[in-house]
Amino acid sequence: MILDGKAPSGPLAQKWDKHRQDMKLVNPANKRKYKILVVGTGLAGGAAAATLGELGYNVEAFCYQDSARRAHSIAAQGGINAAKNYPNDSDSIFRLFYDTVKGGDFRAREADVYRLATVSNNIIDQCVAQGVPFARDYAGYLDNRSFGGAQVSRTFYARGQTGQQLLIGAYQALSRQVKAGSVKVHARREMLDLVVVDGQAKGITCRNLVTGQIESFWGDAVVLCTGGYVNVFYLSTNAMGCSVTAGWRAAKKGAFFANPCYTQIHPTCIPQTGDHQSKLTLMSESLRNDGRCWAPKKQGDNRAPGQIPEDERDYYLERKYPSFGNLAPRDIASRAAKEQCDDNRGVGPGGRGVYLDFADSIKRLGQEKIEERYGNLFQMYEKITDENGYKQPMRIYPAPHYSMGGLWVDYNCMSNLPGLFVLGEANFSVHGANRLGASALMQGLADGYFVIPYTIADYLARITPGKVTDAHPEFKASADAVKAEMDKLLAIKGKKTVSEFHRELGKIMWNNVGMARSDASLKEALKLIPALREEFWQNVNVTGGNGEVNQQLENAWRVADFLEFGELLARDALNRKESCGGHFRVEYQDKGEAQRDDENYCYAAAWEFKGVDKEPELHKEPLKFENIELAVRSYK
Amino acid sequence: MSGSAHGNMNLTLHVWRQKDAKDKGRLEQYEAKGISPDMSFLEMLDVVNEDLIKKGKDPIVFDHDCREGICGMCSQMINGIAHGPDTDITACQLHMRKFKDGDAIFIEPWRAKAFPVLKDLMVDRGALDRIIQSYGYTSAKTGGVPDGNAILISKENADLSMDAAACIGCGACVASCPNASAMLFVSAKVSHLGLLPQGEVEAARRVRAMVEAMDAEGFGNCTNHYECEATCPKGIKATFISRMNRELMKTIPCPPREVKAGGGA
Ligand code: FES
Repeated sequence: MILDGKAPSGPLAQKWDKHRQDMKLVNPANKRKYKILVVGTGLAGGAAAATLGELGYNVEAFCYQDSARRAHSIAAQGGINAAKNYPNDSDSIFRLFYDTVKGGDFRAREADVYRLATVSNNIIDQCVAQGVPFARDYAGYLDNRSFGGAQVSRTFYARGQTGQQLLIGAYQALSRQVKAGSVKVHARREMLDLVVVDGQAKGITCRNLVTGQIESFWGDAVVLCTGGYVNVFYLSTNAMGCSVTAGWRAAKKGAFFANPCYTQIHPTCIPQTGDHQSKLTLMSESLRNDGRCWAPKKQGDNRAPGQIPEDERDYYLERKYPSFGNLAPRDIASRAAKEQCDDNRGVGPGGRGVYLDFADSIKRLGQEKIEERYGNLFQMYEKITDENGYKQPMRIYPAPHYSMGGLWVDYNCMSNLPGLFVLGEANFSVHGANRLGASALMQGLADGYFVIPYTIADYLARITPGKVTDAHPEFKASADAVKAEMDKLLAIKGKKTVSEFHRELGKIMWNNVGMARSDASLKEALKLIPALREEFWQNVNVTGGNGEVNQQLENAWRVADFLEFGELLARDALNRKESCGGHFRVEYQDKGEAQRDDENYCYAAAWEFKGVDKEPELHKEPLKFENIELAVRSYK
Repeated sequence: MSGSAHGNMNLTLHVWRQKDAKDKGRLEQYEAKGISPDMSFLEMLDVVNEDLIKKGKDPIVFDHDCREGICGMCSQMINGIAHGPDTDITACQLHMRKFKDGDAIFIEPWRAKAFPVLKDLMVDRGALDRIIQSYGYTSAKTGGVPDGNAILISKENADLSMDAAACIGCGACVASCPNASAMLFVSAKVSHLGLLPQGEVEAARRVRAMVEAMDAEGFGNCTNHYECEATCPKGIKATFISRMNRELMKTIPCPPREVKAGGGA
């Protein structure tokens, strides 16, 4: 099937305005008759639930954490982009749009990205009004910093805690609606199934993580804001509870999963110290504003960094990409770091690291200035590594961080299943094959505050509210299936723990479907993953019972889903015989630079689930570029 | 991605086990073997849990998510100190190099009337959400707000507001306070918003509503122990409590309030 993204016609800059005119509205008095379920309370979900509640809809929001304030958006450090052009450095909506499409290696839908750039400015205004304490200068104006992949300063920030502050803003707006009675928050709930009636999304099935009860919730529309899936690599910068479960369960009910192979490996994370490690910690990309990346020129050089003279250091990003230098985009910076280490010039334990050095900036600006900009990051680095980043260079290494792929959606953020909307990291829409820094926060809030409130009305206005409720037999069937799955997991009583399986899957994924992928490695992964999955269902040991808090059981279903989804990721990577953005196929390169194949792969790959152990069906959405020219992406 | 094997520290843990909210609960003893100083405290508990599962026993339940000190989910009293023996840090960021081979470690949940235990080390902190719902926000609607630079804010106030806004809502302040007071938490929100022109408009209503909600949830009052400040992982200062009290005094008419020092623990 050829998919249509339904981008409105007309000139790029007028598409969104025109579309807003064309869409149907729901009368204010009728809004409360519609029930909307919002799953996930990060930036996208929190903003959507708050705004939809404020508009008068009857909203129920769900999160697996104990509070709506804790979703992993909170961990974003560096900042949020907007095309305000406050620094007068030639920024514009078009430039932000262009940088984002180019940063994504020309694999995103033009119209969606342009809309994102347009509403980026409203987001800053909104957050300021909510009391987000963005950094200011002495005159009281908002301050900006630079981020990778851009030559203008358009990133707004709140120390190194921008994600936290934006999320708290959304959470507070949400709390206001809870008090007003328009939103009900169900914390410690995890969605385990999407209920589909006559081809339309009509509800969800959850596990209450405290009582263990399987609960049904009905709604006239379901909005998934459930984040990304890079925990498929086991070690990543994501929170421990991040999983593909909600999205994957929706995919198993017919929603198409698009571009799963587009995963972002972030260049600046704290290197791993041992096998005990449960997660990797990111050091904000903003550090590359003032830190210089280098590796020793000599192979196997294990002198302390201070002992290596200036002319024996390779500032490889400045050398390879003089015009962007240390602010090269993430995919490129990560590959360059891996290159140094593969060449036996890495530093630290196992040679899996490069330096991020602040000595020059400290000399130029003074330690105080660096402390003001990144104090909390240096503190975090010291707590984890026991090393002082002011005195010696930090050691960094790439780690899985973000997923550009996600459920397929059209311009309205609606999946191919009517009534199922997908926002933020959970969808595939705007970042193409690589996301630029400070753009995830922008997308989450754009989708939640300024897109879904308009587009969902166009769907709701066409249906009768409350026509299907949890009295429909599909709800019971779904709950029964989930219960049976829980019983099955608990009954296996095998020999290996859930996290042993997760680690093994992570190794397969990282070694074969990680930063460098090849035909052979992907085929290997496609053999190993199903075998591991089979073993899982025979030999996993899930302790505890059904009717109680059971964290082992929670992990078990998340890992079970990764064991199915990982295969799709590898299959998508095998299908895409080109290199673009975060997807690097060693066969398709020009001296280490990614080689795209626009003639054959300028499309979004949307996969339709056909059953576990069955080949999924590929649907293509051709990407048309009417306003910018497809070019080789150069940062040299 | 490979690394060294586990290290060689051996520790004795005394961990609070409680089946559910109704169970009385008790400390149970476990051995943590082969612990590396580079592990985080929660990774050490992971090792213990893997061992328990292998032995067919129920692993220890504890809240955690981001494991990088920002989500506020992790919540453990470690040797009687909220988030353990390191400063400006959460339990997930605490590393085992802070302990010595042979140490005994006591691990308990947050203890406060307003935070009922759900299982083992996991508590219900819904009371903090309800305090925010009472008025921990500005009433800005989505859309229809002025340009971000139309409101000038002095750097000093923006910075001070950010100091208060750094709160992660973990509840360590409540857990460390002998009165189980939530004053640091509430004052951080009152100050974060009250220090900004956007939030100042509603400052009086806000502080009244939030203090009322705090009392209704069964939190105690502040009697200047400053344990909260000492254990706050984000270094939030108790001076915000004085600031909140001043803001409360300023509200006119000032509702008469009964002082309940010492209650709620
Ligand atoms: S797990 Fe998030 S702060 Fe500790």
